[in-house]
Amino acid sequence: MDFIGAYSPDHIVFLLKGFLVTLEVAGISILLSFLLGAILGIVRYTKVPVFAQISAIFVETIRNLPLLLIIFFVYFALPEVGIKLSITWSAILALTIFESAMLAEIIRSGLNSVHKGQMEAGRSSGLSYIQTLWYIILPQGVRRMVPPIVSQFISLLKDTSLAVVIALPEMMHNAQVLNAQNINYIIPIFILVAVIYFIVNFALSLVARRLELNM
Amino acid sequence: MLDFTILTDNMGMFLEGFKNTLIVSLLALIGSFILGTLIAVFRIAPIKPLNWIGTIYVEFFRNIPLLIILFFIFIGLPVLGIRFSGFQAGTIALTVYTAAFIAEAIRAGVLSVHKGQTEAARSSGLTYIQTMRYIILPQAIKIVIPPLGNQFLNLVKNSSILTIVAAGELMYQGDLISSRTFVTFDVYIFIALFYLIITLPLSYGINRLEKSLAKSN
Repeated sequence: MDFIGAYSPDHIVFLLKGFLVTLEVAGISILLSFLLGAILGIVRYTKVPVFAQISAIFVETIRNLPLLLIIFFVYFALPEVGIKLSITWSAILALTIFESAMLAEIIRSGLNSVHKGQMEAGRSSGLSYIQTLWYIILPQGVRRMVPPIVSQFISLLKDTSLAVVIALPEMMHNAQVLNAQNINYIIPIFILVAVIYFIVNFALSLVARRLELNM
Repeated sequence: MLDFTILTDNMGMFLEGFKNTLIVSLLALIGSFILGTLIAVFRIAPIKPLNWIGTIYVEFFRNIPLLIILFFIFIGLPVLGIRFSGFQAGTIALTVYTAAFIAEAIRAGVLSVHKGQTEAARSSGLTYIQTMRYIILPQAIKIVIPPLGNQFLNLVKNSSILTIVAAGELMYQGDLISSRTFVTFDVYIFIALFYLIITLPLSYGINRLEKSLAKSN
């Protein structure tokens, strides 16, 4: 094992560049999946006919499938029906599909956790259904959603490593590039990658815990 | 429309993959349940150094990707002369990773049993071990079952990454079939259905269990 060679400044910069791609892809995916997840979750919460059922089927199916299958599907199968995306956008689309199903459930249970009396009180004080949802229910629900959403973001950061299978140049991919140069780099590089992941995710999990305690 | 001849022509391979996915998931479930219980005991036991070991294990493995554990075992360990087949490496990686989550589930279950129970048992003359065995664990197990079910669900889904080390499970067989037949879209849909055969009933059962537990409390 060659720790000194493996941890040369060039290599560390190369890995961190990969981690930037990880953060970028994960960041865009979480934003998109928050939007999509919010629509799916709210539609299911408000029980809009037909749309609520479609949302339920989508969420339950996607949640019960492996992410890797979705990544493969987006990258290898969609071109067969004429949808061809770059590697980066394939990864973002796959992660967004998967995470939006997870976020939809978080958002729905956040809304459900707001006491029913709140809706009744809002409605009887003259607010419309939409107004009650927007001004009364959502602000209370959102506070409860934040900690699980942070945890979900941790999972997303970890899951982004799966995009190595379609050669997205994220940290895992760059680690493999370094490993191919010298067999003695393999263990030190994997340890470093694990430590980088650990530091970032552990910090995030502390944030999530703090937020939970503040409620 | 889906081409069902792909399914019928390659049924043997699909079923082989389905079987392997189930075997890997079950082996890893048993392994991670044993390891996870041990780690949970480490975290709960009234001995400080054990607490630290348990905490470090849980926090470390929960916060790194499963893929890196798999790569470490499959690509890293051979450098030290320790070799595993893809199937073995995958099972070990899943076990090590899932044990961290199961340890947390068990710990949460044990801690949710009221403290007065321990005090009452201890003051009636039971030892710490006896208290755990006869008083706390039987009550905790009820609370632990739904999260354990969830972990099994995750195991089945996570076992798909074994395809990266060519371990012959469902996802891998799907890749083989699609590279042989040049059909990807339909093959992946069928693979998805095979996964759903396992995961949908499982998540439905967990939901039911959670609801009935919530009612009984």
